[in-house]
Amino acid sequence: MAKYDKKTIERLIDGDLTWNELKPIISGRKDPDRFEKVLEILQEKVPWKEKIILPLHEHLYIVSKNEQRTVKCDCGFEFGDYQENWKTKCRVRVRDTSEAIEELYPKYMGSDPEWEELREYYCPDCFTLLDTEAVPPGYPTIFNFLPDIDTFYEKWLGRKAPDR
Amino acid sequence: MEKTLGWNGKRLKEMLEESERLFQETGRYYAIEKLTLKEEDPFRFERNYASLRGALVSARETALHVAASPIVKEIGELCFALYTPEGDSIVVSTGILVHVHTMSEAVKFMIREEYEDDPVINPGDIFLNNDPDCGNVHTTDVQTLIPIFWEDEVIGWAGGVTHQIDTGGITPGHDLVAAIQRFDDGVYYTCRKIGSNDKIWKDHMINARRSVRTPMYWELDEKCRLAGDLMIRDAIIDFIKREGIDYYKRFIREAIEEGRRVFLERVKERLIPGRYRAASFIDAPFKEQAWQPIAKINAISNQPLEFIVKEDGTLSLSFDGANAAKHNAYNCGKGAMEGGQWVLLTQVLIYGDKVNDGAYFAVEKNYPLGTWANPGDPYLSYQTPWGNLIPAYTGMMKCLSYGVYSRGYREEVVTGYGLTGDAIQGGGIFIEGPLEGQRWSLSTFEISGQGLGASAVKDGLNYGYAMWNPEADLGDVETWELFQGGVPYLARKIKPNTAGFGKYRGGSAFAGIGLVAYSKEVDFFGARDGLVFHGAAGMHGGYPNATGYRLYAKNTNMEEIIKNRREYPLGDPYPENGEFEKYLQGDITRKPYCTIYPVNLENSDIFYYMQSGGPGYGDPLERKTELIKKDLDDEIYTKDIVFKVYGVVAEYDESKGEWIIDETATQTCREELRNERKEKSMTFEEFWKQERSKITDNRLSEHVNAMYSESLELSDKWAKEFREFWKFPEDFKMEVK
Repeated sequence: MAKYDKKTIERLIDGDLTWNELKPIISGRKDPDRFEKVLEILQEKVPWKEKIILPLHEHLYIVSKNEQRTVKCDCGFEFGDYQENWKTKCRVRVRDTSEAIEELYPKYMGSDPEWEELREYYCPDCFTLLDTEAVPPGYPTIFNFLPDIDTFYEKWLGRKAPDR
Repeated sequence: MEKTLGWNGKRLKEMLEESERLFQETGRYYAIEKLTLKEEDPFRFERNYASLRGALVSARETALHVAASPIVKEIGELCFALYTPEGDSIVVSTGILVHVHTMSEAVKFMIREEYEDDPVINPGDIFLNNDPDCGNVHTTDVQTLIPIFWEDEVIGWAGGVTHQIDTGGITPGHDLVAAIQRFDDGVYYTCRKIGSNDKIWKDHMINARRSVRTPMYWELDEKCRLAGDLMIRDAIIDFIKREGIDYYKRFIREAIEEGRRVFLERVKERLIPGRYRAASFIDAPFKEQAWQPIAKINAISNQPLEFIVKEDGTLSLSFDGANAAKHNAYNCGKGAMEGGQWVLLTQVLIYGDKVNDGAYFAVEKNYPLGTWANPGDPYLSYQTPWGNLIPAYTGMMKCLSYGVYSRGYREEVVTGYGLTGDAIQGGGIFIEGPLEGQRWSLSTFEISGQGLGASAVKDGLNYGYAMWNPEADLGDVETWELFQGGVPYLARKIKPNTAGFGKYRGGSAFAGIGLVAYSKEVDFFGARDGLVFHGAAGMHGGYPNATGYRLYAKNTNMEEIIKNRREYPLGDPYPENGEFEKYLQGDITRKPYCTIYPVNLENSDIFYYMQSGGPGYGDPLERKTELIKKDLDDEIYTKDIVFKVYGVVAEYDESKGEWIIDETATQTCREELRNERKEKSMTFEEFWKQERSKITDNRLSEHVNAMYSESLELSDKWAKEFREFWKFPEDFKMEVK
């Protein structure tokens, strides 16, 4: 059974593993304690105290706060109930002109705004870019992922979620 | 009493119905509760599975050396599979695995149509299929299926598939753009018997040779597939002689049920239960391009994906909300949808163990009728379903990636992949040399080398991924030149700025330039994303990879350039200030879209084509500057792009021959870009109002309007969510302009 020490997982999270170190982790059997290890490492990294229930994103976590499950950015900004799309609390930039798209992509190598616009969703506090959407104008905001937390903990991991 | 081919006096159709009923009733393959053989002697069980897998891999490797067209030989565009009598795959070879479940559907089609009675299934019979409506992706993929008998019973089927260069469609090529109905797709073999006693009938081969533009390649590949199938049959007979028929019959059922269970375990090991969503799109800009009046419309495909991971580890996948099928070549039959899904699941979840139809049985699907994902009309064209299939399934990769990320397996994240799209095609006739008068076909399979999306711990693979073939390989120029002799290469090199931006960037793409020579009657065309970004964008703040465009030059002075040894274009690193315009005289065409109907080219004309990068992961402002330096040194990005997107200030040091990053200036620049985000963004409420007004003020283009109109019409659920999101009344509709 595969098992990696905490330092290796920390370096994995930081993107510091060399290819020779990473390759066997990709192609080998998975380490069953990974979830717990990652949770522990992330909890140590974030500057706040709320208990992480599920890592949701590079910068976002579902945490337990006042008996609520809340989406929280590592900068501390709280997006609210995890059952609602956190993007609806973001600041949004819409690139819906050729000029705005060509700020990023060379001419001919980006979308035509009549066909598709590029949306950028930022954390309203730290202004980290949290998500992009390439969608036709008028497309509803996409709700990427709604986890079934209790089923995960109780049925798959065989224990209660940390907040239950 | 009539003769039956199934087990214990049953008809094959009865066996298929029984299998489906038992699965329906129990949720287990053939209602198997205990893997008895495996439990009693696991070593024997695994040894036998490995022997079958080895036999299929060996069949593939041998068959492509027996006889094969260049695409098959060079990059292995073939695969083989073994099926149960009912058509469920037990074990597969390596190769173009997208076809494993497609052939399964073809076997089931023959059983449901009662081929047992007519045209009758005998030992030694050979069946050919390339009909997407009954188990295939497109007519270009040609399948040879043979029944395997033990005494009087069918105990399985061996199937092999190869990808053809041409199947005699409306234009030369294998992924046609100009096909808009079945009759444009090329020759159709709908599960046709084409041989007996292990021999392909002469009249079939005469007919086939006269039905396609590359008869030699067709014939070579028919022999290749049959050779592989016969090797598999021999291996099965040896297996039964060694292990006994009773063992074999139980073994194949258990192998599939184990495949299903392994899949469920893998899901529970790697994912998180819940609901995942993504949406992809593709442009079909045919208003200007199409010849046929009915096809002269611009269209955009809506490819919304909902992916549910259930408590028991099964998956549900739905394209509910997809818009309507069209008079173009991008329609997908069930075989295409199943194949695309299956090949990706083999790469992400079920690699390395019982790779078979067990995974198929663990996934519920919804391909809504009337949409591009299930047109329900066999008379439409299904020639290039990849146009919808490939972008649509980037959504599934993203959904799976959200799951593995949350589970902690960040190394398994794949944000998506590039479209294996710019398959330049066409062909011509040699006017000189030893092949004078013969037709050559333009059909490199360099498309096997796209950029893969980034993961959450590293950049995506450069020029090395094709979603339909896990062993992707862009091949050697020398091989492609052998059979597309009328288009020698002028250049093949990295295409800068194609990799999707991010903390970890997507894989990069490459581009090539071809010169038309020694030929007449040359057609040229190609297709990929151009007006929309391919796939479901980046992940966690990463951006989509760059779009494609079309560039070629006619009436050039290349002859004079070559004679005087002057410089000629080697790429198009800066499309706004292109090398074509710099070095060439002639009529240069640049189009912002990439999908074109065939154009006629003459000797000395040249064309450019480019592959896709992969989407990025994470905020680009978090990319380490040492990685940016390497990007610049490797020509993955240009100086202006790393400045504008990554906020990195760099200068090229001529004396050292490398890029030097100004760390202080970079820090300032990144701060400025963060401030710009504050200035140029709005609250979600402001965004919602602005975006909604694009609909209410009729500011959507004709094709976007039509897309919404179709999706609202075809799905009550999608329509309800759309109306709720924008707070429209329940009877809200989009009028088609």
